[in-house]
Amino acid sequence: MERTISFTLNGKPASVKVEDGRMLLWVLRSDLGLTGTKFGCGEGLCGACTVIVNREAVRSCSVPVKDVAGKQVMTIEGLGQSGLHAIQAAFVKHHAFQCGYCTPGMILNAYALLLKTPKPTPEQIARHMEDNLCRCGAHVRILAAIQEAAIAAPASASRGGAR
Amino acid sequence: MKPADCTETGAGGLNRRELLAMAGNGLFLWFSVDGLAAQEPARLPARQGYPTDLNAYLRIGPDGRVTCFSGKVELGQGAMTVLAQILAEELDVAYASVDMVLGDTELCPYDMGTFGSMNVRNFGPALRGAGAEAKAILLQMAAEQLQAPPARLQVKGGVVTDSATPGKSVTYGQLVQGKRIERHIEGVAVKPVAAYTVVGRAAPRKDALEKVTGKAKYCGDFMFTGMLHARLVRPPAHGAKLKDADTSAAEKAGARVVRDGELIAVLHERPDLADKALGLVKAQFERPLPTVDDKTIFDHLLKTGPPPQNVGASGDLAEGAKASAAIVEETYLNSYVAHAPMETHSATAVVENGKVTVWAGTQAPFSVRQQVAQAVGFPPQNVRIIASYVGGGFGGKSAAGQAVEAARLAKATGKPVQVVWNRAEEFFYDTFRPAAVVKIRAGVSSAGKIALWDYSVCGAGEREAKTYYDVPNQRTLSAGGWQGGNPPGMHPFAIGPWRAPSVNTNTFARESHMDALAAKAGIDPLEFRLNHLSDARMRRVLEAVAKQFAWKAGKAPSGRGAGIACGIYSNAYAATMADVVVDKKTGHVQVTRVVSAMDVGLAVNPEGLRQQMEGCIAMGLGYSLTEEVHFKDGEVLDRNFDSYQIPRFSWMPKMETILIDNPGSPALGAGEPPIITMGAVIANAIFDAAGVRLRQLPMTPARVLEALQKG
Repeated sequence: MERTISFTLNGKPASVKVEDGRMLLWVLRSDLGLTGTKFGCGEGLCGACTVIVNREAVRSCSVPVKDVAGKQVMTIEGLGQSGLHAIQAAFVKHHAFQCGYCTPGMILNAYALLLKTPKPTPEQIARHMEDNLCRCGAHVRILAAIQEAAIAAPASASRGGAR
Repeated sequence: MKPADCTETGAGGLNRRELLAMAGNGLFLWFSVDGLAAQEPARLPARQGYPTDLNAYLRIGPDGRVTCFSGKVELGQGAMTVLAQILAEELDVAYASVDMVLGDTELCPYDMGTFGSMNVRNFGPALRGAGAEAKAILLQMAAEQLQAPPARLQVKGGVVTDSATPGKSVTYGQLVQGKRIERHIEGVAVKPVAAYTVVGRAAPRKDALEKVTGKAKYCGDFMFTGMLHARLVRPPAHGAKLKDADTSAAEKAGARVVRDGELIAVLHERPDLADKALGLVKAQFERPLPTVDDKTIFDHLLKTGPPPQNVGASGDLAEGAKASAAIVEETYLNSYVAHAPMETHSATAVVENGKVTVWAGTQAPFSVRQQVAQAVGFPPQNVRIIASYVGGGFGGKSAAGQAVEAARLAKATGKPVQVVWNRAEEFFYDTFRPAAVVKIRAGVSSAGKIALWDYSVCGAGEREAKTYYDVPNQRTLSAGGWQGGNPPGMHPFAIGPWRAPSVNTNTFARESHMDALAAKAGIDPLEFRLNHLSDARMRRVLEAVAKQFAWKAGKAPSGRGAGIACGIYSNAYAATMADVVVDKKTGHVQVTRVVSAMDVGLAVNPEGLRQQMEGCIAMGLGYSLTEEVHFKDGEVLDRNFDSYQIPRFSWMPKMETILIDNPGSPALGAGEPPIITMGAVIANAIFDAAGVRLRQLPMTPARVLEALQKG
């Protein structure tokens, strides 16, 4: 059965007519054309599909789209819409990626951390990022970039993001 | 039908329509398309099968922007950045003014593929030559236009100035405006290394902005109006034969079904609904007879492997045995290892007017063009492969079955078709690093010198199997390898190149055994190695790593948990030291510090090299500690990242990377050398920590515990 689901996507109202049970990842990529959110494993094991729903990082491959009805959804396309966000800028500066496929998920997961914990310790960052997988081995640079973003953007982690 | 993405830019910033439009306006200095390039006169010295015509490599637009064309692919290793540096250097243009077009078979010069750390080593010299010749031609043109003798001309940032008349200048863009130049200058010398200002320094990555904003397009990110997503019926095990498939329920659910020989696919406009429809297909397979599993594989390899080939021998083994005061004989094993790139094999195919274009995640677009051409029955010139951004390869995207599947289905349906393998398919169809068995029998004399070295590898291949240590009596045998040519049934599934093929296995075995010999002789493992090394480059990387690590000399095991290993990969040298902590209750090994030194000759992009080194250390932790493919009777039991564990943030040691300054040697590839030492450096550190030697990769907690219990 199809139903219409409405939510806020990257600060703007969005509405999609979808079949029951469909996951947010595929609706974002295929129905809404936002391909910055990546498929990696389909079972919430890798974090490539991480998006922000109501200020929390979620695995969009495992979130039914009906669960985001009325909520605020932010994808990588919604971050830094008016210039790079501090996390993005730090990823550029530190070369905190190689193939880049895990990068949107890494950045958004870090974004969720800094919303809650603007001044994380290195251990808090590593623990928070633990289940986001990177195969190229950019880990140490990702950690350094997040640390720098936290220092560079005191208490303004949400700047540039969706409201 | 118009591809929705036609107006968007891909990896290189220009699409074909824009390129053709500009060419039509006559604004191009050079424009290279396959076929046209072949008619050009030979100009550059032939190198590694690359074109001899410089036009194949670069184009200077009227605005002075330079487009560089390369059949190499950006896998994350930084090809886009380092090649732009090389061209900017030779042409004397700003690095920022270079745009890269990579991996497009219609626009780029033929390339065998992106593997073996060859971008800089093999393609680099061809690109340098093209850049140097182009600059010489531009200077000649500038001399004519400015009416100044060439000796008076200076060039900086693509602007040629007459040094005698300040203000009298012309840009590269102005020089070529509206013209097509057919000049050629013979034998132009490339710039001396000492004059470099771009190469040898860090450069901002060309792919950075697109990758942090989600704009970078991978092959599964190309979407077209009416496109269908395909999911294919797969066998449960390698060797299983399809008996029957009932697809009626999938069709009833609104999916389209294509049957084309052995290929059965369900297609839907939404990828997840195609997946759901696939679940409705009732397929029956005849399972293969029981064969082999991940425990019996090693005996199986020895039984089924081809006869060993002698890949190097000197002296006399019997003499060596006689001269040995102690002989150590051991067997080293490693399991199959998956590539597991974060992006699974993906492809998007569009068939239009008898031509097919496939955006394919591949390391070898030109080989894929041949495969696709054959599969759909089009001449190769009517097949265009575009390897846009690729989400990791590591050797595993040399084969590209998904591109063939997408092309066949696009032809069959008349619609654009996207194929994105799920994670289980990625594991199932991976071309694994082969499992291998290495047997070494070696002896040390009473003076602590290696007198005998008899080495035999089965499964991994002979690369770097032969020792570089000074040993008078030695023999190296190799049976089978990742390159193929193995007897049928030796491996129960596909194998292939995995980051530094052969060399991870051979380095693990050799360097573990060197440590065992050092321990037997009661000599510090670093000193023991140096005692057998006349290779100056190897001595230098070892000494550099020892200095940074502050290696404390002593006989292992010292209880500290420090390890050492070194190796050679394609003429690049690597040496690594590591600290580990072994949890004797759980068998868990935490690598706490890794110091890695590498000599790759001239360092074109030091920052990029360090990234590659760190990546090698991180990825090396996986094959050393957890990664092994579980399988039984052709069925791959690992289907996702729950059972197949790849390195995570908490595993990361403190990393220190050392680049040996060696600008006098040609630049070599760096994507692989530092990974080769990871297995042995950890095994040797575990031995130093706990006094037990792990001879099987990966060194899982269970295997560590078992070794501890055995003592």
